[in-house]
Amino acid sequence: MSGVRVLVGTRKGAFVLTSDGKRDKWDVSGPHFAGWEIYHLKGSPADPDRLYASQTSGWFGQVIQRSNDGGKRWETVGNEFAYDGVPGTHMWYDGTPHPWEFKRVWHLEPSLTDPDTVYAGIEDAALFRSTDGGKCWQELSGMRGHGSGSKWQPGAGGMCLHTILLDPKDPQRIFIAISAAGAFRTDDGGRTWRPVTRGLKSQGIPDPDAEVGHCVHRIAMHPSRPEVLFMQKHWDVMRSDNAGESWYEVSGDLPTDFGFPIEVHAHEPETIYVVPITSDSHHFPPEGKLRVYRSRSGGNAWEPLTKGLPQQDCYVNVLRDAMAADSLDPCGVYFGTTGGQVYASANAGDKWAPIVRDLPAVLSVEVQTLS
Amino acid sequence: MIRIVLPHHLRTLAHVAEEVELEVDGPATVGSVLDALEADYPMLRGTIRGHGTQRRRPFVRFFACEQDLSHEPTDAPLPDAVVTGAEPLLVVGAMAGG
Repeated sequence: MSGVRVLVGTRKGAFVLTSDGKRDKWDVSGPHFAGWEIYHLKGSPADPDRLYASQTSGWFGQVIQRSNDGGKRWETVGNEFAYDGVPGTHMWYDGTPHPWEFKRVWHLEPSLTDPDTVYAGIEDAALFRSTDGGKCWQELSGMRGHGSGSKWQPGAGGMCLHTILLDPKDPQRIFIAISAAGAFRTDDGGRTWRPVTRGLKSQGIPDPDAEVGHCVHRIAMHPSRPEVLFMQKHWDVMRSDNAGESWYEVSGDLPTDFGFPIEVHAHEPETIYVVPITSDSHHFPPEGKLRVYRSRSGGNAWEPLTKGLPQQDCYVNVLRDAMAADSLDPCGVYFGTTGGQVYASANAGDKWAPIVRDLPAVLSVEVQTLS
Repeated sequence: MIRIVLPHHLRTLAHVAEEVELEVDGPATVGSVLDALEADYPMLRGTIRGHGTQRRRPFVRFFACEQDLSHEPTDAPLPDAVVTGAEPLLVVGAMAGG
């Protein structure tokens, strides 16, 4: 029987939420790694029982956990993320050079084909890969070594590499995004990289259409059409139809185009979801109404999805990694809030209901569709 | 036999009770005790001191016999009471809250 497993990372531990294909009754397990920040956990597409989790602490640093049974039992694996060579400097908030320093793993992206291969996006921004199930990590240093690295500057949340998109049609192609350096692409398996930011405009940087420096919050793709990318930038929802070679704005009639996550419907590549947030000064929804916006036309025309979501006095945020879609039919959509709610819709966003209401602040939400 | 007391989060990470007992080869120092601890509990590598640098993490302290040993050289001999097992070496996470 089909079902789903929702993997939730929070400020105080990880939670695993499971349901059958109806997605109306849920089992909640956790907290796993209680008291630790779980920035992200994600399952392998090649083996759904293989999960990876990023566990961090301001006191005790970084731990990587691995499960081989879908999250029932966990084991620690390697936590040494050593930059390749002399890391050099990037730009600090005040414009001065600042040494590259490892702080934490923001995002873990398992390979599409090999359960033992997993990518890690870290702060200070770099991309690492393990090919032995997380025991050893090697930097793909061509990314950080891109000539612009000394100009990269942290966003308010730190200089994090938070998005890793693996092209299902071309194993040599990977997209990554960094706050606040922008978006980059490799076409040779990670050896060399180049910015893919043409068309982005950001008023908060000295040169609004600079090649690097954009605060990209999230990029999403549909696996059937990996050349089409959707981006939630600090401000602006953007789209590329040519694998990032150029971007154009599709914010359209959104009430605000600031936000963090962006997600694509599992079966409709032109149906996308965002959660508009008032502004970078007010990290909460406009008018105290929590609304997911859906576009069925790949952007520009958007509809608010409100049924089951709080429509007054709601001042939570939804972070960049905290939205996901399952591949059941109809498609399920999930997101978590900084107020500790995880909402689910089993009908592509038409109606929502909380799976849980009172978790710690949610940092990430991923979903696995189980057969 | 050296007794070492770990903070809560490291006890759960290493799946141990509050106190761990270790045999240390050679002179007992903070460095050699941590070497032995990490050899027995490799999941603690990088959580008390940095990989490579071996520097104490900023919010971790080492106490023993009512003394703060955090700023002593890591190859300084530990107090006799710790060496004999009469007193534990405390690994402490800095207090924070509010």
